[in-house]
Amino acid sequence: MLSRTAGNLYWIGRYLERADFTARLIEATQRLAALPSSYGGASNAWESALAAACQIDGFAATGLAIDEHEVTEYLTLNAGNSSSIRSCLEAARSNARAVRTAMTEEGWEAINTAWLEVSRYGTHLSSRETLAQLIEYVKHAIAAFDGANHRTMLRGDAFWFTNLGAAIERADNSARLLDVKYHLLLPRDEPVGGSLDYFQWTTILRTVSAMTAYRWVYNDSVKPWLVADLLILNRQIPRSLAACYDEILRHLDLLASHSGRRGAAHRLASAGHARLAGGNIDAIFGQGLHEFLTQFIADNNRLGEAIAEQYLF
Amino acid sequence: MQALPAFDEMFGLGDGYDCRSPEGVTAAYRAIRQWLADSPQELMAARRAQAELFFRRIGITFAVYGDAQATERLIPFDIVPRIITRTEWDRLERGLKQRVAALNMFLADVYGAQEILRAGIVPAELVLMNPAFCVHMIGRQPPGGVWVHIAGIDLVRTGPDEFFVLEDNARTPSGVSYMLENREVMLKLVPDLFDSVKVAPVETYPEKLLETLASVSPRKQRGSHPTCVLLTPGQYNSAFYEHSFLADKLGIELVEGHDLFVRDDIVFMRTTEGPQRVDVIYRRLDDDFIDPLVFNPGSMLGVPGLMSAYAAGNVTLANAVGTGIADDKAIYSYMPDIVRFYTGEEPILANVPTWRCREPEALMHVLDHLPELVVKEVDGSGGYGMLVGPHAPKATIAAFAAKLKARPEKFIAQPTLALSTCPTATDGGIAARHVDLRPFVLTGADGVRIVPGGLTRVAMTAGSLVVNSSQGGGTKDTWIIDG
Repeated sequence: MLSRTAGNLYWIGRYLERADFTARLIEATQRLAALPSSYGGASNAWESALAAACQIDGFAATGLAIDEHEVTEYLTLNAGNSSSIRSCLEAARSNARAVRTAMTEEGWEAINTAWLEVSRYGTHLSSRETLAQLIEYVKHAIAAFDGANHRTMLRGDAFWFTNLGAAIERADNSARLLDVKYHLLLPRDEPVGGSLDYFQWTTILRTVSAMTAYRWVYNDSVKPWLVADLLILNRQIPRSLAACYDEILRHLDLLASHSGRRGAAHRLASAGHARLAGGNIDAIFGQGLHEFLTQFIADNNRLGEAIAEQYLF
Repeated sequence: MQALPAFDEMFGLGDGYDCRSPEGVTAAYRAIRQWLADSPQELMAARRAQAELFFRRIGITFAVYGDAQATERLIPFDIVPRIITRTEWDRLERGLKQRVAALNMFLADVYGAQEILRAGIVPAELVLMNPAFCVHMIGRQPPGGVWVHIAGIDLVRTGPDEFFVLEDNARTPSGVSYMLENREVMLKLVPDLFDSVKVAPVETYPEKLLETLASVSPRKQRGSHPTCVLLTPGQYNSAFYEHSFLADKLGIELVEGHDLFVRDDIVFMRTTEGPQRVDVIYRRLDDDFIDPLVFNPGSMLGVPGLMSAYAAGNVTLANAVGTGIADDKAIYSYMPDIVRFYTGEEPILANVPTWRCREPEALMHVLDHLPELVVKEVDGSGGYGMLVGPHAPKATIAAFAAKLKARPEKFIAQPTLALSTCPTATDGGIAARHVDLRPFVLTGADGVRIVPGGLTRVAMTAGSLVVNSSQGGGTKDTWIIDG
């Protein structure tokens, strides 16, 4: 496969995953912000959403006030924000157009339709209803793209590169989400496990659409260390770090079995995978969750760079 | 616009346009007339909307240069198919084969022995001094001896049996994706009509193109296929959709210049598994841009060293470099003689009578009759820079006359042909619109391949004779039917 094609597909995976994550993040944050403050309706909910989306600095540069309307517009439709849902879909669509031949008709149509539909919203959000529609649409459209790929793509390098990009992005998003909650969302003098936590922790579960899964897995009330365990170590949850690394390793192995070559990306992915497989949540909390996640995010970025280098994007 | 009296492919030369009555309908259009009569205006409108939706969803767009508003636009599609009978088509096909064979022999000759120049059939200075004549190709023969692998020959019709060649496209003819996609959309849109009318399929085109490309590979490998790629200028080119569409249907890589590199006169593409050798490049990039070391040094789109690999015989370019001399409009006027010279036969397809303004007598005639003529630049294309006398205001004609007198050798003139019309769905119901036809002719080392059909372009404005998509023209599905 052409290196340029591989690079484009990898980034299609990343952009769409980012758009999907942003949509879920906004939805969950809206729920949280709407709660009375005695239930944990945090005034800094939107700031935490910006932090989880890694957009604090970008948003600050606009000089806008942090409130629901401004933040949601910035994260969804702002054309100047290269990570807004609109920009992600536009970039994914432009990448897809350039490598149209590596995609199936169904995959391309899903991406093209998603971009055409979202671009119709323009660059300004008119109301909460519009936002709700947009969020629903985006989640639906990205599921449609995944489904189209899953059903129609050859199991070959095009499929693996797309999924690889999605898995790297998903791991990054999950780690950030957890880190933000731990650091920013929790009031400073509130002990972990305090009374405000329930709604805030469930916000995370909703963002990764694992609310019901949590109940099935732990059969317990929502506890911070179990949420962390779920999001970091549980391989059954598709957005957990462990599951992402299962997927990353699998796709890199498939690429290697196809080409007969392994490289730095394989070594880094194996190391990351082993750390998660051998980890336990008590040790992670002992080391400091924030430190663990910061290290994870840095390693994950390094893996992304190694992939680009190894396959000459 | 003033409509010229023209041959209508459904109603012949009659002047009525009432689809409700079968009177005067040509045999070819009987089923279509019935279908139109059975389809109320609202149903046709719904079908048109449906067709537009299909096209937008699959992303078939096309860019108009200089139109920032619409970098991606849909070409209007007309849902009434254009019919050609098998008998008519068989004659066209023979004529196309003959003409493209002559084009290939002409190119081999002008870059080789130059017998046609020595025989005085075509003036030597018209070839040798022509900007489209490529000195780098003198003395070279491309692999398999094929120059024009893909030709698009523009035909117009003026009567029941009168077809003319309006233009030969021997460089990088485009439009074949519309031929294929138009059919796909029609199959979805009006399945019933395909049940009552038996239409020759066009879907084998990609396979025939791939066979053609493989046949001219410079490397004959046992047991493995040559590596073919499609070289595109990139996604901002007006025909990018077609490039990606074709690469996809052919199952070959769609490459941009920087995906390729040349080492030791061998072309490689950069892949995730390292460099991979390339044998045949179906390039949709003009000669000027393919190699900055030989042609336009400012080109970012090409591949440095490509011409050297080409000259070493290690890669095939389709079409060959230098084919522009064969579709030059000044050379066009000599095509009947060119056909006779190389094939020893009378041309099956006629040329439109052409005045070469470089000849003083012809220039006089043209200047005297400008309001009746169509004047074209010899190196122009896409309908840009031409004068359609009967539709032009006096001032435009006067300005054009001045240009003609200043540089007569840059122009040719032709009578304004009454292009045939076909029934076309418009906002005001079914009406006659002028059409042309571009069939595609594939030539490989192992023979000629033609798919029964082509791209019908239609001038969507009443009375207009300009069918070019860059000038607002649309397309129709073209049906070759038995009978």
